[in-house]
Amino acid sequence: MSAVVAPFIESMRAAALPASGIAWLDAARREAMQTFLSAGLPNARHELWKYTALRALEQRGYAARDENASTRIVDGSAFALPGIDGPQLVLVNGVFRADLSRLNDLPQGLSVQPLSRALAENPEPLRFLLSRRVQESRDAFVSLNAALAADGALVRVASGAEIEKPLHIVHLGAPADSIVAWHARSFIELGEGARLHIVEHDAAAGEHAHFANLACEYMLQKNARLDLLTLQDASAGATLLRHGEFHLHEDAQLALHALELGGALARHEIRIALDGDRSRVDTRGAYALRSRQHADTELLIEHRGRDTTSDSLWRGVADGRARGVFHGAITVRQGADGADAQLSNKNLLLSEGAEIDTRPALEIHVDEVKAAHGATVGQLDERALFYLRSRGLPAEAARMLLVRAFCAVALSGIEPNELHEHCDALLLAHLPREDET
Amino acid sequence: MLKIHNLHVRIGGREILKGLSLQVNAGEVHAIMGPNGAGKSTLGNVLAGRSGYEVTQGSVAYEGRDLLQLEPEVRAAAGVFLAFQYPVEIPGVNNTYFLRAALNAQRKARGESELDSREFLQLVREKLKVMQLPPELMNRAVNEGFSGGEKKRNEIFQMAVLEPKLAILDETDSGLDIDALKQVAEGVNALRDPKRAFIVITHYQRLLDYIVPDFVHVLADGRIVESGGAQLAQELEAHGYAWVRERKPAEAAV
Repeated sequence: MSAVVAPFIESMRAAALPASGIAWLDAARREAMQTFLSAGLPNARHELWKYTALRALEQRGYAARDENASTRIVDGSAFALPGIDGPQLVLVNGVFRADLSRLNDLPQGLSVQPLSRALAENPEPLRFLLSRRVQESRDAFVSLNAALAADGALVRVASGAEIEKPLHIVHLGAPADSIVAWHARSFIELGEGARLHIVEHDAAAGEHAHFANLACEYMLQKNARLDLLTLQDASAGATLLRHGEFHLHEDAQLALHALELGGALARHEIRIALDGDRSRVDTRGAYALRSRQHADTELLIEHRGRDTTSDSLWRGVADGRARGVFHGAITVRQGADGADAQLSNKNLLLSEGAEIDTRPALEIHVDEVKAAHGATVGQLDERALFYLRSRGLPAEAARMLLVRAFCAVALSGIEPNELHEHCDALLLAHLPREDET
Repeated sequence: MLKIHNLHVRIGGREILKGLSLQVNAGEVHAIMGPNGAGKSTLGNVLAGRSGYEVTQGSVAYEGRDLLQLEPEVRAAAGVFLAFQYPVEIPGVNNTYFLRAALNAQRKARGESELDSREFLQLVREKLKVMQLPPELMNRAVNEGFSGGEKKRNEIFQMAVLEPKLAILDETDSGLDIDALKQVAEGVNALRDPKRAFIVITHYQRLLDYIVPDFVHVLADGRIVESGGAQLAQELEAHGYAWVRERKPAEAAV
């Protein structure tokens, strides 16, 4: 390690590892921290970080945790969603809040509990998940998360159970006494034939700066189906990393919607392994960025089983001096015959200062495969804009109508309808007015 | 209602309109005819406020206001309507939603009350009947997947709903078969009104058999070189545009 240590690294090193009193867990956390410290933050030479510079982040130090997170007064309206009134797990600045959660009377077959409680009460079943070496050891933030995450969500759906009401998992960032970092780690498993609908929600009570590092693993057993919406509406000052790893067994289905709205710097990593034959994933996503926001989406899909399907439609809009990055990579592994992989990413630049870099990639190791991918970056169609204005719509309304139509495909399929409308409205509200620079 | 005086317009440095003058009063139907490249569509686009056109000389007064200073949506609210030669497809924008938003934006700009969805649907049903358009069109995206004829009829339908004072029809007849042409003409004729004026831009005389104009103007090389009654259209059809130039060599050369 060099003599000069970047403030970010230093602040993370100085953070005391969560004391669990569990020997295997403490050892795993020490090892993860060591991995993080020896690797440091990825720089632009790292292929997967090419367009997202972490130099500014590196120069910032963060408080290790929000000491008052468990008692901080929070307004529930900061994360309420229309159409969502089922089970709810809320973490404030990375700490579980029983008082804000709704985990009593869970439907039969659904188990939801905070990681902190599971570790305190019965840690042994988590030994495998938490002590194995971090899969992507090259990912600094996943290592950091493994070292420092003391809370998160543990969700399990019993085989055959079909849970009707969406589960709302909230990561709320609330202004603290200092600029804090927090890390949360979650595990979600659907048993054979199980069905679950989750809304993972990054919400904000304020526009403050903080650093949030979320990692979640999703395991879909045979024939399970997960509908997942990740709604990222973090505070304007937030640096947010969300890392999701999905494993789909035979005939499992994942329908993912992702909406990226908030944060100053947001990175969303989605890694999907279609392990089982005939497993299928549909991803729909939209990012809408303004002022100096930077959002980076990395979608990696691996077809491993036979006759697997992936269908991905993403839309991006950037205004002001915002920067969007989309890296969509599909790999069809040897043995994944009959794979069908489709990926489309279209982007709109609303200002001259905005920038979007999109890199679709397709890597195929089998002969019998159907695959297509495409990406575009363009501007609003001036002809369409004039057409709408010539009918009386003010310029701003015409722009919004076109942007909304552009993004509609990424939002379609979000249920229930109230939530769909809410997401549509959030997206519109997030887009700037024309006079904003 | 509309006074165009000595209008000069450039596109990308090339002069398209070279001193066009025209006066249109309420209740009148003016046909503008002329060969391709004469500047017919430029005239329509400039009046509706499309960007990319540089007015280097002349003026356009609409109801006493300087039309060229107004944003396209302000012109629309003031009653100017352009039926596009190539109506734009707008995927993802519902036809009904769009038209109601447009109508209400205009009404709001004029200080009138907005129509609620019930009132609007009633209006739409009435107008659809006049245009003989299938109601399903209203549930589709704006012009998306419409046939050529449906697009043009949709333009006239929008006009019927928006009820402009000055309607400019830019080659609305192009690409239409005779049945569609008649429907479009019927739609237009149903809207003829002493308070409303039309500028019908067309390449062929055919449409003018069904929409009988009060005045016909020949636009050639950026200027109106001949004006007359409905009869002029038939002469043009018989003799071609070259005939005008031959007949008026001196003026055409000015």
